[in-house]
Amino acid sequence: MFDLLIVAATLVCALQAIRSPRLLMSALWLASASALTALMMYRLGAPEVAVIELSVGAGLVTVLFVFAINIAGEEPSVELKALVPWPLAWAAALGAIALGAWMAIPGLRPEATLLETVPFARVVWENRALDVLLQVVLIIGGVLAVLGLLSTGSAHAQKENQ
Amino acid sequence: MTFSLPVLVSVAVLGLVGIGLAGLLVTRNLIKVVVGLQVIVKGGMLAMVLAGKLSGQLQTGAALALTVIVADTIVSVVALAFAVQVRRQFGTLDIQALSTLRR
Repeated sequence: MFDLLIVAATLVCALQAIRSPRLLMSALWLASASALTALMMYRLGAPEVAVIELSVGAGLVTVLFVFAINIAGEEPSVELKALVPWPLAWAAALGAIALGAWMAIPGLRPEATLLETVPFARVVWENRALDVLLQVVLIIGGVLAVLGLLSTGSAHAQKENQ
Repeated sequence: MTFSLPVLVSVAVLGLVGIGLAGLLVTRNLIKVVVGLQVIVKGGMLAMVLAGKLSGQLQTGAALALTVIVADTIVSVVALAFAVQVRRQFGTLDIQALSTLRR
């Protein structure tokens, strides 16, 4: 029952994040969807990832969204005509859901017994060492990209202003 | 009526992916595009943890979900910085107005 409530609330939050006309409200709905996703991960038995998702997905990303919306400014997206009409978009999404369900639901089986009892930290640092390396490279690349993106305007703009 | 946890989580996965897809199709706002991507990635992340649980390798699924969290955060950071720059240079966040790439 509790799980059913969590799933329903997650879907409602995601829907509101997509539909909300105001960007700030959209970011807040996304944060609550993220927190509920973390709760679902905890229920699935992966508390380590749930904590990281809660702090990064619901915390850091929301702060970044608010920061970006603050700088870029709220743009009234109400009068913008949708790229694809809403009914067509929903039909496409429902088609995708139906295809996914057709492929995934028959594969659902009763939970297997846990094969590995090694702790999460050992799996991450030893079995998935390549993934950790990739994460480090990604973080450095992301920082460099943001520094480049946010600073290119200044030298150029100063030259143009003179 | 009771549902088992795997069935409920797979419903959540499919729902999140579908909602995110609809959002990506409909929106014209650059920041809303990032919101749609985030919703889709949340579905993918849950699917990885669920697959790990169902195959008895929960820790491996969780480690993969961790990688997805990091990659997704970097993608949204770069995309938001890009959106800020676009707003500064072009004065709009509408992706239709960007299709010409002319100021």
